[in-house]
Amino acid sequence: MIEPIPLPDPSVPDPPDFSGWTCPMPLRDHPNVVMGHGGGGQMSGELIEHLFVPAFANPVLAGLTDSAVFELGGARLAFSTDSFVVRPLFFPGGSIGDLAVNGTVNDLAMSGAQAAYLSCGFILEEGVELSVVGRIAKDLGTAAERAGVIVATGDTKVVDAGHGDGVFVNTAGVGLVREGVDIRPQRAAPGDVVIVSGMIGVHGIAIMSVREGISFGTEVVSDCAPLNGLVAAMLDVTTDLHVLRDPTRGGVATSLNEIAKAAGTGIDLVERQLPIPETVANACSFLGLDPLYVANEGKLLAVVAPGDADAVLAAMRAHPLGQDAAIIGECVEDHPGLVVTRTAFGATRVVDTPIGEQLPRIC
Amino acid sequence: MKYLDEFSDPELAKHLVGQIHATATKPWSMMEVCGGQTHTIVRHGIDQLLPDGVQMIHGPGCPVCVTPLEIIDKALEIASQPGVIFCSFGDMLRVPGSGRDLFRIKSEGGDVRVVYSPLDALRLAQENPDRQVVFFGIGFETTAPPNAMTVYQAKKLGIPNFSLLVSHVRVPPAIEAIMQSPDCRVQGFLAAGHVCSVMGTAEYPELADRYRVPIVVTGFEPLDILAGILRTVTQLERGEHVVENAYQRAVRDEGNPAAKAMLEDVFETTDRSWRGIGMIPRSGWRLSERYREWDAEYRFQVRDIATEESTICRSGEVLQGQIKPHECAAFGTLCTPRNPLGATMVSSEGACAAYYLYRRLQTPAAAGTGAVSSGD
Repeated sequence: MIEPIPLPDPSVPDPPDFSGWTCPMPLRDHPNVVMGHGGGGQMSGELIEHLFVPAFANPVLAGLTDSAVFELGGARLAFSTDSFVVRPLFFPGGSIGDLAVNGTVNDLAMSGAQAAYLSCGFILEEGVELSVVGRIAKDLGTAAERAGVIVATGDTKVVDAGHGDGVFVNTAGVGLVREGVDIRPQRAAPGDVVIVSGMIGVHGIAIMSVREGISFGTEVVSDCAPLNGLVAAMLDVTTDLHVLRDPTRGGVATSLNEIAKAAGTGIDLVERQLPIPETVANACSFLGLDPLYVANEGKLLAVVAPGDADAVLAAMRAHPLGQDAAIIGECVEDHPGLVVTRTAFGATRVVDTPIGEQLPRIC
Repeated sequence: MKYLDEFSDPELAKHLVGQIHATATKPWSMMEVCGGQTHTIVRHGIDQLLPDGVQMIHGPGCPVCVTPLEIIDKALEIASQPGVIFCSFGDMLRVPGSGRDLFRIKSEGGDVRVVYSPLDALRLAQENPDRQVVFFGIGFETTAPPNAMTVYQAKKLGIPNFSLLVSHVRVPPAIEAIMQSPDCRVQGFLAAGHVCSVMGTAEYPELADRYRVPIVVTGFEPLDILAGILRTVTQLERGEHVVENAYQRAVRDEGNPAAKAMLEDVFETTDRSWRGIGMIPRSGWRLSERYREWDAEYRFQVRDIATEESTICRSGEVLQGQIKPHECAAFGTLCTPRNPLGATMVSSEGACAAYYLYRRLQTPAAAGTGAVSSGD
C-alpha cells in the first residue's frame, strides 16, 4: 500500500503577518485579492513586500529588482520571470506573444544582461481556437528571433472553460551580465541625470483603445519592443549605468518612485521635457488619466552620472528605439524618496505612486 | 495640441498672472465650484502663483465626493445580488460605503463592470436578457443628460432588464446653501463651465444679485482658470457682482436646449442629501413617475440601509470651503487615498486627494506609504 503524502491542513491557513504595515488598509479591508493588487502600484508592492517576500526570504530576492543577479558556476547571471494576462490577446502593434518575449527580455536588460534562453508556459482555456494559439506561438517565435533569444523549454496546461481568460503566457529567462556592470535602483544618487528613451504612454493607450472600443482619431500603436539592443548600445558608451528600469505597469511615475525610495534620493522632473505624443496626451485628457502613470512596453528609464549623460543620450538617440530619448530630470538631495515635478508654469507638485490602477474619471 | 495646448501656454499664463497681481489690492477668497477645476489648480500649481491673500476655496463640485453614503450602500447591496451586472464609471469603484466598496464586491464575486458610457450598460442589458443590468447614475448637470437619454432609450426600445440608480445633483442650490452658511468665506465663484454648457447661465444672475457675489463661468484648462480668477478679482475690486461668461467657446447663455429637454422629460427635481454637507432642498434629480420602472431603487426595493460614516472625517467642511484639506487632523495620517475616511480623499477630483497627491511637500502632514518594487 502506498502511504499518502502528508499535506498541510488547508482548513488551517497560516495567515501572513500584516503587523507593521505602513498603511492599515490593504488586506485588512480587502481580505480577497482585488484588481489593484496586480496594478503595479502601492497595493502590488505591499502584496509582494508583506506576503511573498517573507515566504521566500533570501538575499537575492531582497533587492526586488526586475531580475535577480547572482553568481553561478563562475558566471554572473541575471534571471527573471513574468506572466502575461493581457486582454485583448491581439492589439495594434503586437500581441500577447510579443509581450511575453519582450517583457522578460527587457527585465533582464534592466540588469544589463543580454537574454540568452527563455522558457515559455502556456495556460490555455478549454474552447480557445487553435488558430489563435497558433498565431500567438508564431508571434512569440518571431519576437524571440528579433531579440536574439532562444525559447529553450516550455509547458502547456489546459483549464476548464470559464476558468481562464483564453490564453495566459508565462516566460522566464536567463542571461549573462557584462563584467563590471552593476545596475540597480539603489545606485541612484543626487546629481544623477534621469533619461527616458522615447515617447511615453503609448502601449497603455493602444490597449485601452481596443479594449474599451474608444477611438482617438488616429490609431495608437503599442511600442512593444526588445530593449536589449538599446541597452547594449548604452553599455558600449559606459559600463557605469547606475539604474535602468522599464516603466511598464504603473508607468514612468511608479518606476521613478521605486527608484527614489530604493536609493533614498529625491527626483525632480521637468514637466515640459517629458516626451508625450499628441494622441496619448489627447486620450489621457479625455479619460482623465495622467500619461506619467500609463503603461509602456518598449521604453526605459536610465539614471546616469552627470558626466556620462551626454554620451549615453547620444548613444540612445543613435539607436532606432531611442531616437526620441530625452533628459527629463535629475536626482536631488531634497525630499528623499519623493518624485516632484516642476509644472510648465513654474510651480511644483508631487508625483506619487498610484494606489492600484488608474480609474477613468466620471466627467 | 489643438484645443488643449493653446490653453496651457506658459507665456500667456505668466501674462495673466501678472494682470491678477496688478489688479488685486486686497485679499479675496473665491470658490471654484467644480472638482475638475480644483484638480487643474492643484495639479498645475496655479494657486502658488496668486498674490498673497488671493485665495482659492475648493467647492463641492466633485460628483463622487458628494454622492450620499446611503446611495453608495444601496449600490453595494444591489451589486451583491446574484444575476445583477452592476455598471459604473471607474472612479466610483473605490469610494467607501459603510465599510466596503465596489472593488470588494467585485472580488467577492459580484459582477461589477467599469463602462465609459451609460449606453454601454444599455447594450449589456440587450446582450444579457436574463440578467438585471444597473447603471450607477451619479453626477451634476454634466452627466445627467446622457443618463436621461439612456433611460429614454430603454423605455423606447422596451428593454426591461435595465435600470438606473440615480443620485444626480444640481449646482445652483449648492451655491445657495454655501452662501447661507454662517461660516461662509466665499466672495466670488468660478462657476463650472461644463454644467453651464448644458444648463446655460439663466439660473445665476439671481444668485449673484441676492448674495452680491460675482459669478464667472469658467473652463477647465489652466488659462481658463486664470482668466476666471482675473475676471472675478476685477469685479471684486470694482465692487461689482454680475454673471460673466469666460468660457464662451463651450457655453451659450441658453445652454443646450436638446439636453435640457431630455432632462425635463426623464427627471424631476427632488430634495437631495449631499455627502458631508447634508440635505439641500430641491438640489437633486430623480426619475419621474413615467420612468419609475427603470428606477433601480424602485425595482430592487433596497431599504433599511444603516449607514456608518467616519466620525473624524471633516470632508463636509472641505466641501463647503470652510477648511483646507490639510487642516483636518486626519489628513495624510489616518486618512490617505489608500485608507480614505471620506470621499474627498477617494475621488481623483476630490480636494483632499488633490492635496495629498500633489501638495504633500507644502502641507504639514507629509506622509509616505512606503511602496516597494512591483517587480516587473
